Amino acid sequence: MLSIKDLSVTYSNGTHALEKADASLPESSITGIIGPNGGGKSSFLKGILGLVPHKGQALFKGQALDKFAKNTAYVEQKGNLDMDFPISVEQCVLLGTYPKLGLLKRPGKREKALAGEALSRVGLSAYKNRQIGELSGGQFQRVLIARTLAQEAELILLDEPFVGIDVQSEKIIVSLLQELAKEGATILVVHHDLSKVKNYFDHLILINKTVIAVGPTEIVYSKENLQKTFDLPAVTLLPSS
Amino acid sequence: MGTALLNFINDLSTYAFLRHALYTAIILGVSCGMVGCFIILRGLALMGDAISHAVLPGVAISYLLHISYFYGAVAFGLLTALSISFIGQHSKIKSDAAIGIVFSAFLALGIILITKIQSAINLNNILFGNVLTIKESDRILTYVISGIVLLTIFLFFKELMLTTFDRVMAQASGLPVKFIDYMIMIMLTLITVVSLQTVGVILVVSLLITPAATAYLLTQKLTTMLWLSALIGALSAVVGLFLSVTYNLPSGVVIVLVAASIFTFVFLFNQKTGLAWKAFRP
Repeated sequence: MLSIKDLSVTYSNGTHALEKADASLPESSITGIIGPNGGGKSSFLKGILGLVPHKGQALFKGQALDKFAKNTAYVEQKGNLDMDFPISVEQCVLLGTYPKLGLLKRPGKREKALAGEALSRVGLSAYKNRQIGELSGGQFQRVLIARTLAQEAELILLDEPFVGIDVQSEKIIVSLLQELAKEGATILVVHHDLSKVKNYFDHLILINKTVIAVGPTEIVYSKENLQKTFDLPAVTLLPSS
Repeated sequence: MGTALLNFINDLSTYAFLRHALYTAIILGVSCGMVGCFIILRGLALMGDAISHAVLPGVAISYLLHISYFYGAVAFGLLTALSISFIGQHSKIKSDAAIGIVFSAFLALGIILITKIQSAINLNNILFGNVLTIKESDRILTYVISGIVLLTIFLFFKELMLTTFDRVMAQASGLPVKFIDYMIMIMLTLITVVSLQTVGVILVVSLLITPAATAYLLTQKLTTMLWLSALIGALSAVVGLFLSVTYNLPSGVVIVLVAASIFTFVFLFNQKTGLAWKAFRP
């Protein structure tokens, strides 16, 4: 189980991004994190990972998350990586194997095989020698997903992985994530497109500054919960006089 | 040119000091070239410039205390790096502005100290370097430091690559990102300080940045970039020293100009992005 207790994120400029968020999620599941812009979805992930100043804690299988760092994969929202970096697609996927290798060890046959398999699962084996900047946005997102595969991570956190990518890449990534969840991975995905929520996720967390609702999709995905989350009082739906 | 080259080779076998200068310059070309790759990929080029200028007061103080200039220079180099990140973390000043403030202040302090204390330090030598007059102790120090730096890069290559390319992933997967940051700052400072003798305060940054940037244009693989950069650094050192001896020019500046010429050539003529190719392509 992944349990998040009293998670608050306050940035150094005083912004309270998230206050006292609580959530429990079963393992082997794929959870959508839904909420308005600026509602604290990304801060929720970063708080869980300890990448931003935070209070409260996240436990995975009853242990603090930093003990699971090597088994935790995180893919940031797009745009922060140097696409001119001298690195090939294959090497980029191989980076996923680094956390578990330990100091002074180089990736060997096992790691290269892992990377190769991961690349073929996202359908990009043919691109392995390309420099990462030569890929489209969707292809590169698939490379980052392949990297989490190569890491053999048990906990996978993705921040808006489908923004600005092609339909084919989105399909490949979604079906891969669902496979991974079946194989035992616990996956959290920040997402903004409500129309696909029911098809993509078996669990949902609705967030607006704190957790509004959490649980299986068929229960949580209700009109009432969505109105609460997106601050849409019935009034705004009435025609203006 | 042919006779000049023969003369140079002849001089090399005759004069030990020339041989030593050549070895030192080559080794610095290699180690600066390799460290420089991480410096430019991490966007720290200005930081390297700042550290090299800011070591000056350290050199003067070392002279006052009768210790090797190395200790004072390293202390001020690290102080510079720390001050810059301290200002960045505790105010809204961006790092390029913080760099400008800190290094100019330290450089000014260094110049006052050197001109005011009755010292045998030759300001010209520190500012522009002269590898031909390098002392044996400094030469050995250069070898040792270069060895340490190269070994560090070899041992921690995996961590250096991951933290340089994707800091967030490195952090999320539990790598000691801050430790690696400090390691790079320390390597940068050490290599800068030992390069002072060869190219001087003003031009150290050239040995760090120019070969690495040239290699960056030529390859899309990090390991190849490191080797190419080392090769270009060493080549600049050899050709620079040859021209400097042959035409009686200061060694530091000639080495820098050779490196810059190689960069210019690659910038214009490399097949993928070279401007000259683009211009003639139909």
